[in-house]
Amino acid sequence: MPEVRTEEMLINMGPQHPSTHGVLRLFLTLEGEIVKDVRPYIGYLHRCFEKHTEAMTYPQVIPYTDRMDYLNSMSNEWSYVLGLEKLMGIEVPERVEYIRVVMAELQRIASHLVALGTYGNDAGAFTPFLYSFIDREKVLELFEITCGARLLYNYFWVGGLSHDIPANFQSKVKAFIKEFEPNIKMYNDLLSYNKIFIERTANTGILPLDVAINAGATGPILRASGLKYDLRKDEPYSIYHKFDFEIPVAEQEVGTVGDSWNRYMVRIKEMVQSLRIIEQAIDNIPEGDVSSAVPKRVKPPVGEIYSRTETPKGELGYYIISDGSLNPYRVKARSPSFVNLSILPKISKGHMMADLVMILGSLDIVLGCIDR
Amino acid sequence: MDNFITSLLGENILTFVLVTVPVIAFVAVFALYAVLGERKISAWMQNRVGPNRVGKGGVLQTIIDGLKLIQKEFVSPIRADKYIFNLAPIIVFTAAFMGFAVIPFSSIFIGADLNLGLFYFFAITSLGVIGLMIAGWSSNNKYSLYGAVRSVSQIVSYEIPTALAAIPVVMLAGSLSMQTIIHEQAGGILNWYIFGGPGAISKLILFPFMLTSAVILFISTLAETNRTPFDIVEADSEIVAGVHIEYSGMKFAMFFFAEYAQMFAVAAIVSTLFLGGWQSPFGDLIPFLNNPWIQFGWAISKGLLLVFVQIWLRWTLPRLRVDQLMTVCWKFLIPITLIDLFIIGLYAVL
Repeated sequence: MPEVRTEEMLINMGPQHPSTHGVLRLFLTLEGEIVKDVRPYIGYLHRCFEKHTEAMTYPQVIPYTDRMDYLNSMSNEWSYVLGLEKLMGIEVPERVEYIRVVMAELQRIASHLVALGTYGNDAGAFTPFLYSFIDREKVLELFEITCGARLLYNYFWVGGLSHDIPANFQSKVKAFIKEFEPNIKMYNDLLSYNKIFIERTANTGILPLDVAINAGATGPILRASGLKYDLRKDEPYSIYHKFDFEIPVAEQEVGTVGDSWNRYMVRIKEMVQSLRIIEQAIDNIPEGDVSSAVPKRVKPPVGEIYSRTETPKGELGYYIISDGSLNPYRVKARSPSFVNLSILPKISKGHMMADLVMILGSLDIVLGCIDR
Repeated sequence: MDNFITSLLGENILTFVLVTVPVIAFVAVFALYAVLGERKISAWMQNRVGPNRVGKGGVLQTIIDGLKLIQKEFVSPIRADKYIFNLAPIIVFTAAFMGFAVIPFSSIFIGADLNLGLFYFFAITSLGVIGLMIAGWSSNNKYSLYGAVRSVSQIVSYEIPTALAAIPVVMLAGSLSMQTIIHEQAGGILNWYIFGGPGAISKLILFPFMLTSAVILFISTLAETNRTPFDIVEADSEIVAGVHIEYSGMKFAMFFFAEYAQMFAVAAIVSTLFLGGWQSPFGDLIPFLNNPWIQFGWAISKGLLLVFVQIWLRWTLPRLRVDQLMTVCWKFLIPITLIDLFIIGLYAVL
């Protein structure tokens, strides 16, 4: 029998592909269905965020941070305003801190719900996607009644907030918690512990802890590899030290620590913890004026600062350099999605093409955050 | 006697037309409304409304969609192998529709009651895979090619458990003719082959084995029609739409129609083999329900019930991976069907 000539198949996955979660282009080298090499190409959503900031005043940058990771705008703003507040030495009122915590945790739930839903969709289960969007809708409604916007809020201002919470906000949040808590069990029944879903995700794309640390992975991806690292606990900012919550890490429950299933499951567990924080915070919001500490002109002194917070995707940091003028001299964003995406080639070689989709989904990237 | 039309008019070209046209009309209407039904059922499962703009409650939605597809330009990609690119949807469509020739709708109506009916059905529906393969190959698109490779390996593998799960019924009925198989299951729901067929002893011994066979047949037919959880051929999150990727307009509509037609065809086969086809579940208790005209209702409603299960599974389950799909087939379904076959064969011989 003559020898069969075989060739590797080169495929462009994206920039228009349903499961690259945006305009990401993956250049795949395939041998049959087996992935030999993955090279992510980014930049299709590049909007010159960092250069733009140099031409704008400090508060004008806030709406642009919204547009980075558009699924967790609140957290993006927080990282940025936190840095400026530290640089300017602004003491933020207690009421503002509480509202910010509630908002950021609601945002974490909303972001993880998108991650969950789209992950189910990647696996071929379309229904969890719609269920999770119904729940996310309730969170967005809470944001809408507060600041009028559903996606890009411009809500966290330097020293305060753009609007105070409406009178019925607390009762609505409590109603949401009541509705949402049983749904987590539903997601677990429908997707997390589904036999096929476990078969698809467990033991695929295992990310060893040392690789994760060396690559600089943060957020649920690092925690799914087994390290209990969360800025809310390890470098408490705002008033997180006041709340009682746990940092979920991967347990030896299903699959291997560091696999796609655990990355997914850590997010589900984080939603439960976020609910705990909101429950503790929502009743204790003190009275006060949310804009009392907002400066007339944001003009930080000459200096530089790196401020970081724990966003749903991981550690989001801004390195802000001030030359004492109204415009920042330089703003550099360290985006969690960008760093987390860099892991993809390391963990997807030797898997099948269908696994690659699941691994990419479990990294939960947002291209707006990667390309900026 | 095949059907009442033949008995009235004898065998001539007119009977041929009169027998064929209702079946094709039924399949066309079914395909249109199965699409709508699928969209409505999925909407119902997902707390949505579903199509509700065209006609009352969206009843005309798929007709309008079909008209839109007809209006579209007849596009062939410039690098495609145009002749077989255009041939592929015709093959798939034809293969799906030809299966309906042997589907019994009533004791007085079947397209052709061949004495090899079941064999004909499996033979003719597996022709569709040729269409899928040449569609994937001729599109000159890498994703299509992956879809084609997957479809061939999947459908060829799953034909084995499909056939093996159907053989027990053939052994018990002693015939491959669809009408004979159904006649054997006369006398109410307990005589259906899913419960072990007629006869008290056979029910006692065979019930678990026949039930497994029925379930496996249903699972394998899901794979044969590329339905979730076996829809890796189209897997929109991996290979986007597989073989359909370069098709648009009526050419795509033909694939789409064929898929839905095949859904009903395989459901009808499962119901014929295991659920008594057009037999009334009440047997002779209510003789009126055994009326040949009411039998149409039984045959169609049993088919629709199984189609509903197909839709239900699609909107609940994630999709398997290619190698897992093969694992399910070769390591689980085939050994189980072989054991079933052995035991039922032993019973049939003794």
